[in-house]
Amino acid sequence: MLKFTFRRLSLFVFTMLVLTLLSFSLSFLFPGDTVINHSGQINATPTELVQLNKAYQMDKGLFTQYVAYVSHILSGDFGQSMASQSPIRDEIIELLPATIELSLVALLVAMLIGIPLGFIAAINHNKVSDNAILSMAMLGYSIPVFWLGLLAILVFSIGLGWLPSAGQISLLFEIELVTGIQFIDILLSDSPYKWQAFSDASAHIILPACVVALAPATIFIRLSRAAMIEVLATSYIRAARAKGLSFKQIIFRHAIRNALIQIIRHVGLQFANLVTLAMVTEVIFSWPGIGRWLIESIAQRDYTAIQSGLLVLSCFIFIIHILTDFIYAALNPLARGNKYGS
Amino acid sequence: MAVLMMNCKTLYYLTITTLVSVLTACNDSDKLSLSERSIIYCSEGSPETFNPQLSTSGTTSDATSKQLYNALIVYKGKNNTLAPSLARSWHVTEDGKKVTFYLRKDVSFHQTNYFTPTRLFNADDVLFSFNRILDNNHPFHNVSGGQYPFFESVRFSELVEKIEKINDFTVRFILKRSDSSFLANLATDFSIILSAEYAKQLQHQQTKHELDIFPIGTGPFKLKDYRVGSLIRFYRHDSYWQGKAKIEQLVYDISPEKRNRLTKLLAKECDVSSYPIAHEKITERDDLTLESITSLNVGYFGFNTQKKPFDNKLVRQAISLAINKQAIIDTVYQGQAARAKSLLPETSWAFDNKTPELGYDPQKAKALLSLAGYAQGFTMDIWAIPVQRAYNPNAVTMAKLIQADLRKIGVTVKIITYEWSTFLRRLSLGEHQSFLLGWTADHPDPDNFFTPILSCSASESGNNRTFWCNKEYDKLLEKALKTTRVKERKEYYAKAMMIINEEMPLLPIAHSKRFQGRGNDVKGNILESFGGISFYNVSKKPLNSKVGNVILPEITDKASN
Repeated sequence: MLKFTFRRLSLFVFTMLVLTLLSFSLSFLFPGDTVINHSGQINATPTELVQLNKAYQMDKGLFTQYVAYVSHILSGDFGQSMASQSPIRDEIIELLPATIELSLVALLVAMLIGIPLGFIAAINHNKVSDNAILSMAMLGYSIPVFWLGLLAILVFSIGLGWLPSAGQISLLFEIELVTGIQFIDILLSDSPYKWQAFSDASAHIILPACVVALAPATIFIRLSRAAMIEVLATSYIRAARAKGLSFKQIIFRHAIRNALIQIIRHVGLQFANLVTLAMVTEVIFSWPGIGRWLIESIAQRDYTAIQSGLLVLSCFIFIIHILTDFIYAALNPLARGNKYGS
Repeated sequence: MAVLMMNCKTLYYLTITTLVSVLTACNDSDKLSLSERSIIYCSEGSPETFNPQLSTSGTTSDATSKQLYNALIVYKGKNNTLAPSLARSWHVTEDGKKVTFYLRKDVSFHQTNYFTPTRLFNADDVLFSFNRILDNNHPFHNVSGGQYPFFESVRFSELVEKIEKINDFTVRFILKRSDSSFLANLATDFSIILSAEYAKQLQHQQTKHELDIFPIGTGPFKLKDYRVGSLIRFYRHDSYWQGKAKIEQLVYDISPEKRNRLTKLLAKECDVSSYPIAHEKITERDDLTLESITSLNVGYFGFNTQKKPFDNKLVRQAISLAINKQAIIDTVYQGQAARAKSLLPETSWAFDNKTPELGYDPQKAKALLSLAGYAQGFTMDIWAIPVQRAYNPNAVTMAKLIQADLRKIGVTVKIITYEWSTFLRRLSLGEHQSFLLGWTADHPDPDNFFTPILSCSASESGNNRTFWCNKEYDKLLEKALKTTRVKERKEYYAKAMMIINEEMPLLPIAHSKRFQGRGNDVKGNILESFGGISFYNVSKKPLNSKVGNVILPEITDKASN
């Protein structure tokens, strides 16, 4: 296990090296002065420019410049946003939790809907319900998220008026920012309207979370169906059946558990997909997350923000991958022998 | 492994039950009563500052003037007559050079977590508020840039000689000359009263710039929270001198995207929405109301009279005759505007019904063009504003319509547009040949249309981008300001309009209406008769009769208790 951990950590370090190299080179590729792209200080006075050049070691060789850049990032200094002129670090700390919250809820919804449906399809392999679920999954997978989001707003917010269309919570509620994750902040706050706020926040998250969850859910359907079919074909299931265990016992005690292990591996991979979908969805539902912020930064040509935003997001997704690898390894001892990162 | 399974199962049921409970909780009566005492207003942008003295942008004064502050006097009623506000009454001497205000003695300033007032409003506050603008050496003059665009445009410092404090509740303005628009200027959204005591505190703490960021005023609401680009939260000012407002909380949801504002209004996420689009969609819903007010503004097509070929009066007349204004109003304003007969809206008291309107006559236009020596036509550019304004909701479409109209008389048009600030800068340099722009009046006095748009002084420094300068016209305006007799003033302005009609430095196109969408449960007047908005008189009708019995904790401001 120690070896496994060490391998994953070195993989992390090297990937981060490549990522920072990429983001470092972006400063040169973007139009404008490199040091201004690094720092985002578009209105710097001559004396400030001299200081910046010194801080980023711009007069030295490329390698020294890179080291200076990485040391800035490691100390948490991502520069300033060119558009708002406030530190990017603060903006990310404020916005990233909202994206994590949305993605986690969406992941949960996707798993809770996708996995059971996939199992049902596998158990009824090659029957009508199997085909129905599969074609539904195909349909769901083909719907583009931006269209689905707008449609959901049109039907559920404007048409039926059931659910709100924008934001994280009604602006009437004042929730102090502690962790950034709205639900936790609401529970921590001492507002007299705590429970109203909680239900309001839940109502706000339903639509975006479901929209984000649709595509991953269909993938979970297919994954869990394949895993279940595979498990049901194994000899230990046949042996269990020969022993006279009931159908229920076979499925719940043996098949599901073994199939789930296979699926958990893919959760991490799906998370990257999910965050991408969440970025588009955040724009549609005015969700105050990092995806919307990043897309706005692209529209405003805010190079410093694009650069740092990409770095933080990819780093975040990579950490999730490694975490799921660990969980998988903890659950499945066979995987620990895996020498290379997968 | 079994544990994992168990968790999965319980989680599953838990989530299902939460989802169900959440869905039902939306109709919970508790939620209604918080929203019942609050208003969410979807506004179109962030204010630049919280002090309307510093900006002429409508977004800024909408968010601040009538909410946070009061002026000495206000416009009231349909006829826009002057009425007392912070001043109980006022008196103008015979020669019009001394104006005395008698102040109210029961006005208190906001108490917030950054300031606690120890005294009531008095003459010192009036002196502070205006001396800040007038006196270049005032300690607060250069805080926040030292620019007071409205007061500069009406040449306030050239008009006011000094302000005297007679006693604690009497203030006298001494003017250099009589000016009939002086009182009108004091009643605008920009002439608000700040707290001198708060300023002193800030000066003491060496944080003078906070005066315009953390505002203190006498208005019906006080600032609680502001997040740039996201929201402004106001709480009710409980000891407001006209009695406290009916709603306890006022939230400005800043949504610059117009489709977003419409969605929020339709989904009832905001109670009131500024400048809505898709008017039919709102009118066909029976739980929403669309209201409008003809605001005092004008959208016009101006010519650079310093540049060829528009230095020729005949060309200007020809081009004006060739433009089908009604088509523009139907297309660009979707019929929601009044066709402009002259610079001044017909709703103004100074509008003379006999003012002739230049019609649509392409034949005559062609004849005039050949008379001017342009029988073969020419090529010109039109600069269209890149932003949406009430007086011109879509300048590029308007430019395209004009382009099509002018093609018929042989004139080729190139449409040019820049990013807003670049546009204004290049316009002031006079790089354009013709341009689409507009003007929103700050107060109902007719002078506010004539002087800032077309006077000689405005062509040097102000908003006159036609660079047209006519001595006779300026003289008429001057005379109109000197007299206080309404009939005489009306005559002068009628003559001025005749000159514009003859010289055609610009073609007035439309006076637009300001629209606002709101839920039917929102009661009370919001749109003021010219331009601005006020939430003081607004209340909300309970949607659900059951709610009345539920007793809930008051929204409390921790700092004030």
